[in-house]
Amino acid sequence: MSDSPPEPIDLADCPLPIAPHDTIQMGHGAGGRMTQSLISRLFRWAFDNEALNKLDDMAVVPLDGSKLSVSTDSFVVDPIFFPGGDIGELAVYGTVNDVAMAGARPVYLTAAFIIEEGLPLTDLTRVVISMRDAARRCDVTIITGDTKVVPKGKGDKLFITTTGIGVVTHPHTISGSNLQPGDKIILSGSIAEHGMAVLSKREGMRFEIPVESDAANLHPLVCPLVRTFGAGIHAMRDATRGGVAAVLNEFAAGSKVGIRIQEQAIPILPAVASACGMLGLDPLYVANEGKMLLSVAADRADQILTMMRAHPLGKNAAIIGDVVAGSAGLVSMQTLLGSWRIVDVPLSEQLPRIC
Amino acid sequence: MCLAIPGKVTSLYRENGLCMGKVEFDGTIVDICLAYVPDVSIGQYVIVHAGFALNIVDEAEAARTFDLLNQINPTGERP
Amino acid sequence: MKFLAEYRDPKVAHRLLDEIRSAVTRPWVIMEICGGQTHAIVRNGIDELLPTEIELVHGPGCPVCVTSLELIEKAQAIASIPDLIFVSFGDMLRVPGGRKDLLTVRSEGADIRAVYSPLEALKIAKEHPDRQVVFFAVGFETTAPNTAMLVAQAAREGVGNLSLLVSHVLVPPAMTALLDSPRNRVQAYLAAGHVCTVMGWQQYEPIARKYSVPIIVTGFEPLDLLSGILSAVRQLEAGDANVENRYARMVSREGNRTAQQQVGEVFEICDRAWRGIGVIPRSGLRLREKYQAFDAERRFAAIDLQVAESPDCISGVILQGLKKPAECPHFGKRCTPSIPLGATMVSSEGACAAYYLYHRSQPRVKD
Repeated sequence: MSDSPPEPIDLADCPLPIAPHDTIQMGHGAGGRMTQSLISRLFRWAFDNEALNKLDDMAVVPLDGSKLSVSTDSFVVDPIFFPGGDIGELAVYGTVNDVAMAGARPVYLTAAFIIEEGLPLTDLTRVVISMRDAARRCDVTIITGDTKVVPKGKGDKLFITTTGIGVVTHPHTISGSNLQPGDKIILSGSIAEHGMAVLSKREGMRFEIPVESDAANLHPLVCPLVRTFGAGIHAMRDATRGGVAAVLNEFAAGSKVGIRIQEQAIPILPAVASACGMLGLDPLYVANEGKMLLSVAADRADQILTMMRAHPLGKNAAIIGDVVAGSAGLVSMQTLLGSWRIVDVPLSEQLPRIC
Repeated sequence: MCLAIPGKVTSLYRENGLCMGKVEFDGTIVDICLAYVPDVSIGQYVIVHAGFALNIVDEAEAARTFDLLNQINPTGERP
Repeated sequence: MKFLAEYRDPKVAHRLLDEIRSAVTRPWVIMEICGGQTHAIVRNGIDELLPTEIELVHGPGCPVCVTSLELIEKAQAIASIPDLIFVSFGDMLRVPGGRKDLLTVRSEGADIRAVYSPLEALKIAKEHPDRQVVFFAVGFETTAPNTAMLVAQAAREGVGNLSLLVSHVLVPPAMTALLDSPRNRVQAYLAAGHVCTVMGWQQYEPIARKYSVPIIVTGFEPLDLLSGILSAVRQLEAGDANVENRYARMVSREGNRTAQQQVGEVFEICDRAWRGIGVIPRSGLRLREKYQAFDAERRFAAIDLQVAESPDCISGVILQGLKKPAECPHFGKRCTPSIPLGATMVSSEGACAAYYLYHRSQPRVKD
């Protein structure tokens, strides 16, 4: 049994491939390699600036002596109502969580609605009420918005974009580019629940799963952690589309470090694991909406874990691995049998498979 | 080549003349075609591939295999 | 999960590995036929735990990988027909044809739907009686009963707007084709457990006898795989060549007769081109004359195709176990899962993709 993860092959000599697609594919929005490529080749190239180039899900920027955490996110989930939530609640929690991942206190939200002609007003009302309630629970105010309607067939019922603003009152750097060798990686709970709950209601896939979307406001979990352990927390990110694997790879690439995780340490509910097994999906790549990953100083890891486990949103939190110098950008996992394998960046959307 | 996992039959019904059933995989429940395991009864395990049960799990054989595996080199505990 | 989790015990796995180590005295080449087993072996790092004498080579048991380029192109052409609904297992959507894949065709406006069960295609056809619905029927003996039932049920219910693009393939002819090759290196087979669930293992007995190769019916969990490998090594070391069933909880000697009968009722054996390998006689299934009305190739016959495989892809020799993915000069460089040159880099059970995903380490190349 080897003690160390494999070395990566040298990708430096990889001739940058000519973009294999000349049109946008679904995979460009799936949070994996195709999304990364679009961001780095187009958006970063065009908008190039210091805040953007950190490639966090939020930007922390100074403004008149204070520090703001700003994030924006669009929500296109299908179906718009799913077990454990709906698109409205998701649009609030998703953006609030991104803002909070800088250790900020989320304060304001904006909301833009793109509505397909023909959407029942009762559905829209249900979504808006759910947004209102979610915003109250997060203690944020929805201060402005926009409404556009597109012709039938030109959209899919309802798309929502929210932008969140929060204030950062601590002096620490909490960023995906700030992982330190020796750090411990903490996962806040069991994985893949949102993705499988949504998939279970999709056309052509229907199955019953005793699991709801884990959509949740993570700020109450994060806030006391930052207050108590500030400098010990080097990075935080909520693991949404692309799953835990996407965030670990973003961390490793953003901080030019290696990450090693243990397969047996990753919490997952049996029903979720078997639904993934049935459809041939790897739960590491399946979306969450209320789970986060942290990279923390090793000497504080146990205390941080204890505090997280005391909160309902972190009761199944676990240390799943550590950060190593070298093997920059590589995430590897020790299997149950003790061997090592790579946990790659997800390519694009995961498709259920039979083989 | 073929992803198949075992699940437990929890109910039987007919749909358009086809023998169907609910099969449970650790809490996840899926409607599965049982036409190829006509003798199956509720509580038995079947091996499922792409929406169809392909066979009934032989529990006696499973126990036998399990015992055999556990008898292998029993003193060869790794340090 | 019952009948699954208990076959993952690391302690027992290491005892099996110790047994394999003490049984082996010289180099052996063992092929696992099934791509699902390739995936499981690489994902669990089993190949790295085995003694160096044992070389696992990866077989052609991946329907995604061996479906011919011509059929992939045909699928894309049919899927592009306006108003048609093209239904497929998710596996096939990313397989490159000569120029693009089905996902690209979908982004160009085609209505392409991924399903879990073939019966969903029947449901879709009934929901859209005014539209043509085509199901892409790929897979080995494991999947053929499911599509056979789809055809039989559609015939019973008189659903006329459904047809199938059939690309079913059979395992034993591929096994003998590999053994017949003058370049063959395979000394023992791990037979694909789930194919055997349907077909049983009787049909392997003449192969084991004729070619003097041990054939071990093997499951998919780490302990299943290791005990299959152990049996193969023991037989090889003893000079035996028998069929042995190491997946007895799922597989009986005669298999599932009901399923076999349904397949025989709907399909008949035909020659079939395997991508990367070529035509293997009597290695495929096509619809019987009685069910020709469901043949999408007939229904949409007037489709002009031009097909050309990338000349740089060596998936043919990979599928025959003659080379390992990392021995290809393009592996991980010009050819990655994002921009695959060939089909073995696409399916997660294709050997190239499995290596790329889990193993991009220095390959353990032996001569």
